Amino acid sequence: MPWYVEVLRAVAGTIIIFSGVAIVAAMFGVLLERKVSGWIQSRIGPTHVGPRGLLQTVADTIKLLQKEHIVPRNADALIFASAVVLVPLAALLDYVVLPFGTTRWGPLIFRDLNIGVLYFAATSSLIVVGILMAGWGSNNKYALLGGLRSAAQMVSYEIPIGLVLITIALLAGSLSTVTIVTMQAHLWFIVTQPISFLIFLAAATAEVNRAPFDLVEAESELVAGYFSEYTGMRFALFQLGEYAEMFAMAALAVTLFLGGWRGPVLPSVVWFLIKLYALVFVFMWVRWTFPRFRVDQLLNFSWKVLIPLALLNLVGTAYVVMVVQR
Amino acid sequence: MLLDWGYVAIFVIVGAGMVSLPFAIIALLSPRSSFPHKLDTYESGVEPVGQAWSQFNVRYYMFSLIFVVFDVEIIYLYPWAVVARSLGASAFYSILVFLAILVLGLAYAWRKGALEWS
Amino acid sequence: MTGEAIAFYVLAAITLAAGAVVATSPNLMHSAVALIPALLGVTGLYVLLNAEFVAGIQVLIYAGGITVLILFVIMLTEGGTGLRIRQRNEQAAIAAAVAAATVALLIAVAGRTPWAHEPGALPSYTPGAIGQSFLGPNLPLFEGTSVVLLVALVGALLIARKETGE
Repeated sequence: MPWYVEVLRAVAGTIIIFSGVAIVAAMFGVLLERKVSGWIQSRIGPTHVGPRGLLQTVADTIKLLQKEHIVPRNADALIFASAVVLVPLAALLDYVVLPFGTTRWGPLIFRDLNIGVLYFAATSSLIVVGILMAGWGSNNKYALLGGLRSAAQMVSYEIPIGLVLITIALLAGSLSTVTIVTMQAHLWFIVTQPISFLIFLAAATAEVNRAPFDLVEAESELVAGYFSEYTGMRFALFQLGEYAEMFAMAALAVTLFLGGWRGPVLPSVVWFLIKLYALVFVFMWVRWTFPRFRVDQLLNFSWKVLIPLALLNLVGTAYVVMVVQR
Repeated sequence: MLLDWGYVAIFVIVGAGMVSLPFAIIALLSPRSSFPHKLDTYESGVEPVGQAWSQFNVRYYMFSLIFVVFDVEIIYLYPWAVVARSLGASAFYSILVFLAILVLGLAYAWRKGALEWS
Repeated sequence: MTGEAIAFYVLAAITLAAGAVVATSPNLMHSAVALIPALLGVTGLYVLLNAEFVAGIQVLIYAGGITVLILFVIMLTEGGTGLRIRQRNEQAAIAAAVAAATVALLIAVAGRTPWAHEPGALPSYTPGAIGQSFLGPNLPLFEGTSVVLLVALVGALLIARKETGE
């Protein structure tokens, strides 16, 4: 294909993914969160704006767009601004390797990179740098403290996630997400790797700073953590980054453990969305059920529980794959 | 393969543009006020006390340090995972040695209290 | 000009410009943050060399890990915001001359070396090939690396704890 057609396809794909994520993850996601939290807390949640409250997030976004653009006097403006772009961009970069379904021309994915899951791990790690920059750029004690704690937490939980990715890559024999899904044609990996699944879910929850691992955003403790000083749309962009990353992690879990888009009768994309929202619902359910971990419990849990567990699981799986199944 | 990464590069460029789009909108829509305390840093409604920097402990640094070492360990495991099935049983024991040495490191850090948030 | 050549020049420009900021910026924080585009530029260069795996781990380790480490260290030791450091002293001119001479030397040497591959004919750097290599012929190197990592970890922890007087 001539190069300008490729460029056009890439641009179109990017716009579709960005808009898709903005709507599906941010808009519906935030609304779903408020409805689910309401349901769990025996109340209704937003119903006023639009039919059954569906347009609530649209209204919120319009409100945020109108807020004043305040840059506190002492802030480091350049770093402040770069962080705002980096965090959501890194989260959205995750979506390049996520397969949403399959069509008759091949899998529905932006690009099936050969280093699929490694790429995902790499872009997730970029978010941490963005958060540190955000905390610093505000020149606000609470923001800085929040940023540092957040970074320490996210960095601690990247290792268990990496170990789980490696275990699945071991089973599938490839780092490519599409290959991982096709290798689950007979059996979903969650059946042979239930421990990995649980480790992944726990680590992913911590990685996106969600409860019960959300000490860094605890409103009662640190105001709003690393984004205390961000007003209006920039606050919204950080929230977009957080929700986009959560959906990306859920989508990756669907790809790695639940057979991706595979399923009888219904079209592949529908199956993918069903599984995706099922996991997102689990994330939200956990958030509104458990009390928050303390910072030391949080870090201990990763280094002293998840990592040893993931390593044992990896060794066990490797033993079966390399020694037993010759 | 280069084509794949060309797509990724375009994703980054277009994406950065789309993420910056709201700021253009804000420049048009948002109000501007000139309230003098507007630009003060926030500290629960009172004047900020002390510099933003204060004595942070070494513990943050310890965690990111240990993280880097284990991250490097993990990148050795990625290529192994991809070819593991086609390698012999002896390769399993090689990997076991590799992991054991690094678990030793984790145990050392644990014993020496580097993993404590005290 | 092929797309690859354009990509190379753009990436090289990004890397060099960011590198210049890292080396000369008087603001310590800016200096550290400018590492990110520099490292990402190098990532792009790895991709152009057909080394996707290396590019991936470059982002994972350097941009995602080492940069975080450096930022932590700056935030721990920073005496105040926007600490101005003196990047230039009396020997700046000599330093620039030495740097330029080194670059010229490297280019001359690189130009004269008989490389094993022609431009465009690149060896395989896929994860599979790398895995086969270091679990096969390069096994001692691989095991040795784990020992090096252990030593680095122990050493760093010892030094860090000595600094805090524990």
